[in-house]
Amino acid sequence: MGTWTWFHKLSSPPHFYRIAGKMIPWFAIPAALLMAYGLYAGLVLAPADYQQGDAFRIIYVHAPAAWLSLMCYSVMAVAAAVGLVWRIKLAHALAAATAPIGASFAFLCLATGSIWGRPMWGTWWTWDARLTSQLILLFLYLGYMALRSAYDDLGKADRASAVLAVVGIVNVPIIHFSVTWWNSLHQGSTVLRKGGPAMPPSMLIPLIACFFGFTFLYAALACVRVRAEVLRRERNAHWLKDLTAPRLGAQ
Amino acid sequence: MNDFLAMGGYGAYVWTSYGLAAIVLVWNIRSALEAHRDARHRAERALSMAATDAATRSM
Amino acid sequence: MTPRQKRLWTLVAVLVGLGLTTAVALKGFESNLQYFYDPSEVHGGKAPTGKSIRVGGMVAKGSVVREPGNLQVQFVITDFAESVTVKYTGLLPDLFREGQGIIAHGQLQDGVFMADEVLAKHDEKYTPPEVAKSLKKRHEGMGGSANAPASATTMEGTPR
Repeated sequence: MGTWTWFHKLSSPPHFYRIAGKMIPWFAIPAALLMAYGLYAGLVLAPADYQQGDAFRIIYVHAPAAWLSLMCYSVMAVAAAVGLVWRIKLAHALAAATAPIGASFAFLCLATGSIWGRPMWGTWWTWDARLTSQLILLFLYLGYMALRSAYDDLGKADRASAVLAVVGIVNVPIIHFSVTWWNSLHQGSTVLRKGGPAMPPSMLIPLIACFFGFTFLYAALACVRVRAEVLRRERNAHWLKDLTAPRLGAQ
Repeated sequence: MNDFLAMGGYGAYVWTSYGLAAIVLVWNIRSALEAHRDARHRAERALSMAATDAATRSM
Repeated sequence: MTPRQKRLWTLVAVLVGLGLTTAVALKGFESNLQYFYDPSEVHGGKAPTGKSIRVGGMVAKGSVVREPGNLQVQFVITDFAESVTVKYTGLLPDLFREGQGIIAHGQLQDGVFMADEVLAKHDEKYTPPEVAKSLKKRHEGMGGSANAPASATTMEGTPR
């Protein structure tokens, strides 16, 4: 089967719904394993930091949450752009499915960062470039979801919110580079940095496991949520009958 | 064990962070499953209503 | 042009325009986006006087003087070119120590920075204590002391 026919088949809602459902365990199981190992190793096996002691262990939830909040936004913006240009409902569905996941991790990133900042920096919050731009990211997610819920018509909600998602993408590189473009209280990236990660393997491997675990978790959650979005968009499609017939018969 | 919980004096900060992470993870899993279940129920209801409509009309 | 191509190019144009506008705006507000001034900027007259600012640098070795019996502390912060004396009364963050990057908020009065808040800035490097210790020992043995893991406390992420 050629790529194109495969793509077309995938983009038909019933196929997509079924394939997304089949993919869930393939994402959820690695997510559970990697996160269980990564979080446990971060808490127990990794050595304490020579300066920050055990407080540094917050990195194992803070950094993956930060990564996911940025990755989710990028996925959302690209999906929204594809939806706008090619008028693909599934792309809009993916953008809509990604927003609440990204928002929750943007929140987790800010909250754990605040908890980490109090003992180490000496403050819960400060308006430096990194913290401010990350807060804006959370507001972009919330604005996107609020805008969607303001429309009764799904098609209109898709298009209006997609414009916001696409425009907001400028904030993503700003967040990432805020600590190098301007001086800030927040330090630079530990893993994605020139000269390689600034951590020994005993600390790094659990962190990498967490990064991958969180990413797989996103994929699993997105599959579940995107199926819900497909159902909302296909409310009266006849393929749903095959899907729901056994259940209806049981009633 | 107590040493482990104390986290070198940073126990409150470390455990609150992990606790928040647990809450966010559980919320994500539950709300995603809920969203799917709701959408499915709604689709079923819409379909059964359409079926009843068709049945009454044909009578 | 098909409608689809039209939409694509509109989107590209919007993104390019938006990117350029943002870049120009950020460049224009650059001084406001900087979180702190370093001692060289303070001496070069770039930091405004008579209003509250933040000054950041490394706590100079051997410069910390504590008043016995109260929380008053005085120290010198440096960017290895210039330095500023800081006076502060209050609790210091756990990471505060000599050789550590700190950021003080307050006002410059007669050449002394009167701080009302002192925050610690750490870098992106993490190391287990034993490794840090042995690295330091090795460096001291070789005659270089300042660049041991203590250099992990330089004001990283502050391009100048």
